Amino acid sequence: MATTRSIPLLKRLIGKQPSRSVTYMHRPGAGSPRPDGSPRQVTLIPGDGIGPLVTNAVEQVMEAMHAPVYFEKFEVHGNMKKFPEEVLDSIRRNKVCIKGGLATPMGGGVSSLNVFLRKELDLYASLVNCFNMKGLPTRHENVDIVVIRENTEGEYAGLEHEVVPGVVESLKVITKFCSERIASYAFEYAYLNNRKKVTAVHKANIMKLADGLFLEACREVAQKHPDIQYNEIIVDNCCMQLVSRPEQFDVMVTPNLYGNLVANTAAGICGGTGVMPGGNVGAEHAVFEQGASAGNVGKESMVKKKTANPVALLLSSAMMLRHLQFPSFADRLENAVQRVILDGKVRTKDLGGSNTTQDVVDAVIKALG
Amino acid sequence: MTKFCSERIAKYAFEYAYLNNRKTVTAVHKANIMKLADGLFLESCRQVATKYPSIKYNEIIVDNCCMQLVSKPEQFNVMVTPNLYGNLVANTAAGIAGGTGVMPGGNVGADHAVFEQGASAGNVGNEKLLEQKKANPVALLLSSAMMLRHLQFPSFADRLETAVKRVISDGKYMTKDLGGASTTQEVVDAVIATLH
Repeated sequence: MATTRSIPLLKRLIGKQPSRSVTYMHRPGAGSPRPDGSPRQVTLIPGDGIGPLVTNAVEQVMEAMHAPVYFEKFEVHGNMKKFPEEVLDSIRRNKVCIKGGLATPMGGGVSSLNVFLRKELDLYASLVNCFNMKGLPTRHENVDIVVIRENTEGEYAGLEHEVVPGVVESLKVITKFCSERIASYAFEYAYLNNRKKVTAVHKANIMKLADGLFLEACREVAQKHPDIQYNEIIVDNCCMQLVSRPEQFDVMVTPNLYGNLVANTAAGICGGTGVMPGGNVGAEHAVFEQGASAGNVGKESMVKKKTANPVALLLSSAMMLRHLQFPSFADRLENAVQRVILDGKVRTKDLGGSNTTQDVVDAVIKALG
Repeated sequence: MTKFCSERIAKYAFEYAYLNNRKTVTAVHKANIMKLADGLFLESCRQVATKYPSIKYNEIIVDNCCMQLVSKPEQFNVMVTPNLYGNLVANTAAGIAGGTGVMPGGNVGADHAVFEQGASAGNVGNEKLLEQKKANPVALLLSSAMMLRHLQFPSFADRLETAVKRVISDGKYMTKDLGGASTTQEVVDAVIATLH
């Protein structure tokens, strides 16, 4: 449960942890319902498209592990006019949520419910961990990038208006407050997870005031962490470096739009959006979903043939288990998933195989041991 | 974002595809989030697409596009984008295909044309490159070949492009960004030698 006291712990546990060699001494009663009788609950939102498929995979695996997690499931769909109040209440109560993507209609006046949830709960940091997995050969090796993206403002402020017919103005809003807190989060993450370098991604040569403000905030925070290397890179050069030498990047902190593109590019380099875990965190809540392209609900054919890749959401649920302070369950789950990928026998189409989601789930459950 | 500018860039893209025997034009956007702005861009592209029924037209959201570029870039042909996405997509694509030191490009308007290095055109390189004179001239040489075609001297353009391509395929004179150790002058001498 995310209390103010446990925020540093929370943030550390959200990161990718090396496997432990000491037994985790739990707080008495951690494996059973809390003293006041309420079970440890997590809100589960299956979502649209492939969402129900992959969240169901998580449910099955949690069941198989007998994880002390109880899901409170809610149906939310992207075409709803607004996010149901009862679901928001549930997340506020449980503090932790895991969800599939919500389909966003293109154009028109309906805004994305995925973005709405992040803004409503002030989940200001979106984290995606892109890394090479053993058994999944890609063009580059030794890649381990964490993209920390500001989640609430920037180009996604949603402020657009038509000045006259045929002319639209779209406002990009950058504030010192939001830039400072995302920079603080990035440096704290680097510090708590033994990362050596933080790179700020920007286009301040063109957007001098907006990205200039973001950079100033990053520089100020960098001074408070003298043992972490800090550098800056213009976003177009960054894209090019990502596809030629991604091993140079470690933690990257970016405003909203660049973060989306950088995270997707980095995910593509390491094997695709079907395998990279991630989540959104704010001061009080955490919502775990597929790492990159979280709003993506997959194609019709994937839904019909049930061939969506559950790996990303399974790894994100492992991050969630650590967040809830059940590291040994998290380790078991991650090891099982990594073993299935390493074996290479059961894989969905995006990884070059031809298995269904259920095949992968069965393989993971078997590998749990 | 204006309808006027979106229409004319879409027209340029389809004209380019038509005149250069390209089969597909892909519009890159983020209209699920920036509904009005990118929505306007998309509408313009769709309108222009109806006037070119022989050219395939599709749309892709920019974050999915970045991922596709790094996994299956061969699916893309001509891509039309608004300003910022185009900068990022061009740099990513240039990086995939060998780097910004080799890709040609230029800027064109109704009355004028300015040719420069393809991607990252504003990049002036680092100090070292300048001192050791190791900048890669290939990008600007290929852009100057495009300029020669623009000036309607196609045979000169062909000669120049063939010479540059032969130097690259020989592989003996390449600057540092391509994995070699030659200076700019050595590459130029090699191109000149191949011209004859």
